[in-house]
Amino acid sequence: MKKDIILAGVGGQGILTIATIIGDAAAAAGVNLKQAEVHGMSQRGGDVQSNLRLSTEVIYSDLIKQGSADIIISMEPMEALRYLPYLGKEGVVVTSSHPFKNITNYPDEEALKGELEALPRVSSLPIEELAKQNSVPKSANVVLLGMAAKYIGILTPEQLRESIKRVFASKGESVVEMNCKAFDLGLNA
Amino acid sequence: MKKELLLGDEAIALGAVHAGISGVYAYPGTPSTEITEFIQVHAPEVRSRWCTNEKTAMEAALGMSYAGKRALVCMKHVGMNVAADAFVNSGITGVNGGLVVLAADDPSMHSSQNEQDSRFYGKFAMIPILEPSTQQEAYDMMPYAFALSEELKLPVLMRVVTRLAHSRAGVEVTTPLPQNALNPDSERTHWVLLPGNARRQYASLVEKQPQLLASAENSPYIHHHSAEGAKLGVVACGIAYNYVMENEPAKRGISVLKVSQYPLPKQAIKALAAECDALLVAEDGQPMAEEQIKAMLGADYAVKGRLTGDLPRMGELTPDNVGAALGVEQTQNFAAAENVVPRPPALCQGCGHRDVYDALNKVAAEYADARIFGDIGCYTLGALPPFRAIDSCVDMGASITMAKGAADAGVHPAIAVIGDSTFTHSGMTGLLDAINDNSNITVIISDNLTTAMTGGQDSAGTNKFEAICKGLGVEPEHLHVVTPLPKNMEEITRIIRQEIEYKGVSVIIPRRECIQTLNRKLRQKRAQQ
Repeated sequence: MKKDIILAGVGGQGILTIATIIGDAAAAAGVNLKQAEVHGMSQRGGDVQSNLRLSTEVIYSDLIKQGSADIIISMEPMEALRYLPYLGKEGVVVTSSHPFKNITNYPDEEALKGELEALPRVSSLPIEELAKQNSVPKSANVVLLGMAAKYIGILTPEQLRESIKRVFASKGESVVEMNCKAFDLGLNA
Repeated sequence: MKKELLLGDEAIALGAVHAGISGVYAYPGTPSTEITEFIQVHAPEVRSRWCTNEKTAMEAALGMSYAGKRALVCMKHVGMNVAADAFVNSGITGVNGGLVVLAADDPSMHSSQNEQDSRFYGKFAMIPILEPSTQQEAYDMMPYAFALSEELKLPVLMRVVTRLAHSRAGVEVTTPLPQNALNPDSERTHWVLLPGNARRQYASLVEKQPQLLASAENSPYIHHHSAEGAKLGVVACGIAYNYVMENEPAKRGISVLKVSQYPLPKQAIKALAAECDALLVAEDGQPMAEEQIKAMLGADYAVKGRLTGDLPRMGELTPDNVGAALGVEQTQNFAAAENVVPRPPALCQGCGHRDVYDALNKVAAEYADARIFGDIGCYTLGALPPFRAIDSCVDMGASITMAKGAADAGVHPAIAVIGDSTFTHSGMTGLLDAINDNSNITVIISDNLTTAMTGGQDSAGTNKFEAICKGLGVEPEHLHVVTPLPKNMEEITRIIRQEIEYKGVSVIIPRRECIQTLNRKLRQKRAQQ
């Protein structure tokens, strides 16, 4: 079994935290993993992505082939669309619906929404609002992971929740609780 | 066996620590920075303070090797240009303790100004080159590289690319080796490269070449996968091996030779050529192996690769472009979206460089012929909208020296913008040139107290810039320190105007801490409370 995931967003939105949690769960479950990250110049408010590959078999390439990603997980709707050529036939897009506008030529929001909703399998929520309304404003990225957890398959939501506990353990009980709550919010949405 | 999830850079770092290094010498540069950072955090017994530039790093490592201990030098590919003098000559002196030079190349220029291939430097210096395909190999190769270095008495170059350096995978870890004991070399003729000695040393380097080739031919990192009745054979170098294997060559009747050590293993390549009708050379970076293999097999044998257009001439390899070269059909289920525009990086909100460019743009607008020479760092982003403030960015330190040359030619005002870390890396010597020639330039050292672009490493000159400038001969009345904040705009623009009008070298130091390192400190403080 394999799952190829593209994580997308804007520098600073916390996609690498999502990658860290999935990575920890994969390591604990003995699932093979390769995860290519972007460091350096592009982190300064530019588009960032990470190719995350999970498999019970040997993984060769650090990069995902076009047309073969099982899930695109994105913190931003336009960034989700950026990687469509990589999406597999049965692939799912899980994204925040809230545009992050740090450029002057951001596309028309309605047109963007229309293009996103026209996809066969898409799950889109205002994760920042959800996080705020539920008093976990700093954990929007973990809400998104909760939404994606339904589709990851090779790792169960329970395994991911255990990883959240391990990854945030050093930051104290309350941070762990906040992130578990955020995860369940996304999972049950 | 214990398996750890490590970035390629971290696997290299841990491999080097477990190989018993006593020091790591480096200047930060994407994608190599995390190697030294990992050692700084996880191996306090290893000497690991950041160096001023790649040349000082290379020389310090050579000194440690001279003293009998193992040393690692890390840099990004363009750092090899800075270290080249010491690097090439370390092939002539040879080494005592094991010495490994790690060059992290950046094909596709994700964070660089070119995509030069460091393997050429290894060939140029006539030393062994290793090129891992996986994080596990990167780890395993470190003890191997140090042993090879001590066996051949030569430095070893290890070359990686961004996609290995910045990709994470599980790595099995082995038992660490102890550090070498202090054992300075007493063979002076090896180290004193007067022409008489240098000729002998060079002859000895030339004599070692068959040994280097034999080591590559018998390397544990060369594998030949024969497919029955194969028409096509692939020479897959370093990370390219992964992209080839992703396309299931065995199923397609394609033979593969994995090459992760150089000089190129001639026998193995000839054996592959003999069982196939044509070869494809898959290598990330420039077509170095392709050219050599073409020469090795003669004009009649079909060798395909980047030079023949079967693979793209530039940019990094991917499983897709390698697949295309292997005749694998490409699938695309969804066309590129219509409502997507580029999102380039930008200077952070609240960054002091922003105020520096606001001020510079204001003053420069008053001079029709103003030219602003930029340099390498976050502030290079001043080239993009909304600032569009700089006219050049070439290499570390070039802002000052290019401004000098342009001023010599008659450009006025000629303004240089350079960051604090770049200034100590390669700007100080150029400033001395300008002072000695009384060049009519205005130098802005935009000091944010850190090496920001690579994530906030210590900057070699912090708290020393006024002293350095005065020591080099900048006149005190033409040396100014300002705080780049909107409220100080009037003062800053006045000083810039005044110093442009001064016929000689002036230095203005806008100083305010990087917003990223400042926020990090505040977060840490809050966490402790």
